[in-house]
Amino acid sequence: MFDPRISIIDDRLSTIDRVIAVVSGKGGVGKSVIASTLALLLAKEGFKVGLLDVDFTSPTTHVVLNASGLQPIEDKGIVPPEIHGIKYMSLVFYLGNTISPLRGTELTNILLEILAYTCWGRLDILIIDMPPGISDLMLDMLKYVKRAGYLIVTTPSKMSFETVRKLIMLLKGLGAQIIGVVENMLMSGSTEYIRREVEALRERYLGGIHYDTSLEESLGNVEELLKTGFALELKSILQNIIM
Amino acid sequence: MAEAIISAVSEVADKENFKEVKSVLVLVGELQQVDREVLKFAITQLRPDKLAKTRFIIRVVRASFTCKACGHKWPFRESVLQDWVKEAIHFVPEVAHAYIRCPVCGSPDFEISGGRGVWIAGIRGER
Ligand SMILES: Nc1ncnc2c1ncn2[C@@H]1O[C@H](COP(=O)(O)OP(=O)(O)OP(=O)(O)O)[C@@H](O)[C@H]1O
Ligand SMILES: [Mg+2]
Ligand SMILES: [Zn+2]
Repeated sequence: MFDPRISIIDDRLSTIDRVIAVVSGKGGVGKSVIASTLALLLAKEGFKVGLLDVDFTSPTTHVVLNASGLQPIEDKGIVPPEIHGIKYMSLVFYLGNTISPLRGTELTNILLEILAYTCWGRLDILIIDMPPGISDLMLDMLKYVKRAGYLIVTTPSKMSFETVRKLIMLLKGLGAQIIGVVENMLMSGSTEYIRREVEALRERYLGGIHYDTSLEESLGNVEELLKTGFALELKSILQNIIM
Repeated sequence: MAEAIISAVSEVADKENFKEVKSVLVLVGELQQVDREVLKFAITQLRPDKLAKTRFIIRVVRASFTCKACGHKWPFRESVLQDWVKEAIHFVPEVAHAYIRCPVCGSPDFEISGGRGVWIAGIRGER
């Protein structure tokens, strides 16, 4: 027995130039705001961009985008709805506010279904917001979406970087493409600690983003969000790398 | 879905060096809510010349749930669900966790034991 979903995934993703997964060894470091804001910035620059939330048990990108009322269209697959110029796909479309405890194998199944049935059409870039840590889902991504590049997020904390170090080693060991490391929630100037550690691993330190007290209030309001220092710093960091 | 089945069958046929594929047994989970006739028709429309004579046998596998909290097993009855939930479950069966509870203990921690996804259970061909 084998699974026809797997053989269609490459086909479905073949209309996408570049796949970027936003990851971290730790939770709560800013993956979801970075993934969502990056998608918004790219759309504003005129790129054809998609955003896929694969944190199935705790999706949050819809909060950043204020996108909970949307519904995908069914047409020989699932056609993601568009919001703020982004083709957007999340399980919240189906789950709403209900809770749904899901175990590892079920998460794998959902990933396969979403990858096999979502029709993205032509995209320059697909951004994927990942759940925290080296999870089952991370391993599934590495198995089923081999072409993904990984944008790694850490905070300045040594504890955060300790988990990121393991993640980098895993990604490297499996031959995955690492785009670089973003240091988020800087309290003052750069501490240089993360830069040193990243460079010691022979990866790219992309830059730091300061803790921004105006960010929280702008979540859900895209115009305000794009004006925050957070968005401006993210843009300048990724300008030459992704945009 | 027909596309997925055909590309999977073609892949296996190439790998096994089949000159001709005689028959393919496809198992479709009940949760997938696929109409057998519609799927058969789609397959005949989409199949490449190489599979022109292949017989596609499609069987629906009943779905059931097993509670991980109390061990109770029960069958899937779609009649109790709203239309849009059925539609969602059609694409992503795991969505069931949000709308179905164990009838004995009320837990949402259950396993979908069978009846989900699409499987190619067998391919017969000639080399
Ligand atoms: N630079 C920043 N300045 C201020 N607040 C921030 C910054 N980056 C992230 N946050 C806030 O931190 C919280 C966590 O961010 P986010 O949910 O994006 O993290 P995450 O890594 O996706 O978390 P999880 O691992 O739970 O998915 C959010 O409330 C977000 O608004
Ligand atoms: Mg998140
Ligand atoms: Zn039970």
